[in-house]
Amino acid sequence: MMKKWGIFRAPIGLTRWMRRDAAAAWLFLAPSAAGFATFYLIPYVMGLMYSFMSSTTGGRFAGLANYRELLASSSFRKAAYNTFYFSAVSVPLMLALSLGLALLLNRPIYLRKWLRTSYVLPLVVPVASVIIIWQMMFDWNGALNYVLSWSGIKRVDWMKTDAARNVILAVYLWKNVGYNVILFLAGLQQIPKDYYETAQIEGAGRFRQFFGITLVYLTTTTFFVVIMSIINSFKVFRETYLMAGDYPHASIYMLQHYMNNMFVSLDIQKLTAAAALMVCGIMIIVLGLFRLEYRYRQFME
Amino acid sequence: MRVMTTIQKGLLTAFMVMIGLVLLFPIMITFTNSLMAGQELRINYGVIGKLTDVTSTGAETFINLKWLPDKVTLEQYGELLVHSPYYLLLFWNSVGLVVPIIIGQTVVAALAAYAFAKLKFRGRDSLFLVYLLTMLMPFQVTLVPNYIMADKLGLLHTSGAVILPGVFAAFGVFMLRQFMLHIPYAYIEAAKIDGAGHLRTFLTVILPMVKPGLAALVILLFVDNWNMVEQPLIFIDNPMKQPLSVFLSRLSGEWDTVFAASMLYMSPMVLLFLYAETYFIEGVQLSGIKG
Repeated sequence: MMKKWGIFRAPIGLTRWMRRDAAAAWLFLAPSAAGFATFYLIPYVMGLMYSFMSSTTGGRFAGLANYRELLASSSFRKAAYNTFYFSAVSVPLMLALSLGLALLLNRPIYLRKWLRTSYVLPLVVPVASVIIIWQMMFDWNGALNYVLSWSGIKRVDWMKTDAARNVILAVYLWKNVGYNVILFLAGLQQIPKDYYETAQIEGAGRFRQFFGITLVYLTTTTFFVVIMSIINSFKVFRETYLMAGDYPHASIYMLQHYMNNMFVSLDIQKLTAAAALMVCGIMIIVLGLFRLEYRYRQFME
Repeated sequence: MRVMTTIQKGLLTAFMVMIGLVLLFPIMITFTNSLMAGQELRINYGVIGKLTDVTSTGAETFINLKWLPDKVTLEQYGELLVHSPYYLLLFWNSVGLVVPIIIGQTVVAALAAYAFAKLKFRGRDSLFLVYLLTMLMPFQVTLVPNYIMADKLGLLHTSGAVILPGVFAAFGVFMLRQFMLHIPYAYIEAAKIDGAGHLRTFLTVILPMVKPGLAALVILLFVDNWNMVEQPLIFIDNPMKQPLSVFLSRLSGEWDTVFAASMLYMSPMVLLFLYAETYFIEGVQLSGIKG
């Protein structure tokens, strides 16, 4: 049967003597829990509280005033739209691309190990190291415009027009495609080979096999890839920031830019409200995906 | 699977190699251009950042993307290592941030992962869910509370404000738990019968069995933290204390050193990855699939 992803699954085979060991568990957990509470849990709760206060020091309860102000801000709406738009476009594209490459890499071709290495390598290259290359590519006088000029296409100011979205998309795909390819490869290698043989004997065509076996067995992997791709689509902020600074072109002004800039201008109320909304948004998406995966798995079984 | 003919295999391989080359392109060109003299780079790439379409002679201006240097020289590396002492200083800053995070998080996470994977206590699964959710959030959402927390703890403008949150990040707990879930309970019971307490069991049974997991975690943490940009930008305001990542992004136009600087900065990661690729891939795959 299909292997569970298993993040929420309780370890099997708990014996009774372990139940008496809750004290030991807390001792093992203590260093991590203390630090986690200090640097993550308490900050989240504090952030949420601030978002309802008129000021971080000695402020009064302000209800939803911060949120109302935030939603009225056009730069926030722009940033939220851009962030959502980027994830909505980049994640499906990433999914298709990395699944395609993983399927091809799973065939018995030559140089497989080398190819896998070269696909994953961009992942370990620090963002800052390749900024100069992206500038050489996408500058007004850059290599891409040069190539376009061969076929008589007019220059595009890649970083200062709406085209900047495509640049960021390319950089995102470049960096993360290998990560998803190896996740999909692991998923593909868990599908028993004889399923395909049986399907072939029963006369199922290529497409039937792909949709009936491959995709079904990759469901759990796909959900994980989607979640990781969403998270990584937020991380593309690093590239955007290092390439275009605090105030990039409006089409790539992300929520993270907005929050950074609110921080710099000390508009803490808007920042905490924006952070709270973003956390809620991510939680809804992720928990929704978990629920969807759970339903789908039950449906399959 | 259908059997492929040699020709089909060859064609598919060629296609995949082309994609591989596209993906490797930025790395390769950084390397070859790091062996170019600053003078040559200025001639080839000097037009970057200028909003001119044509030169004085009427020719269109474009950069002259060059693979191979006219003259191979280590000039850039020399300039960087001999004449730019701050480069080494900032490199050292990066090391000083990354190493404590790796060591700290591995130790703290191994202990916690044992509790999450092999011990039962009230609220375990809910607590783990909270750990997981924080892993998914961008750094910026806790900017303000983290700043206030760092201020209260007296960490502001010190590397501690970056290191400590790094040590207690949830990722290590998540990954090592995945590895430990695979260890059968029989091992723990056997140790118990031999009279070992939890600490002994953890040190002598569990840890040796998750060595590949520890290796994978160390590599993944190295990759992630070597790449750190946002945290030092906010928490460390002294430019001489910041890691290289922040500094490198301001190097464009510094043709005498930029490619060598990028190359030196990425090489520890690339070499470590090539050396321990199996662990890296296993770590990534295990954090996603099995469990």
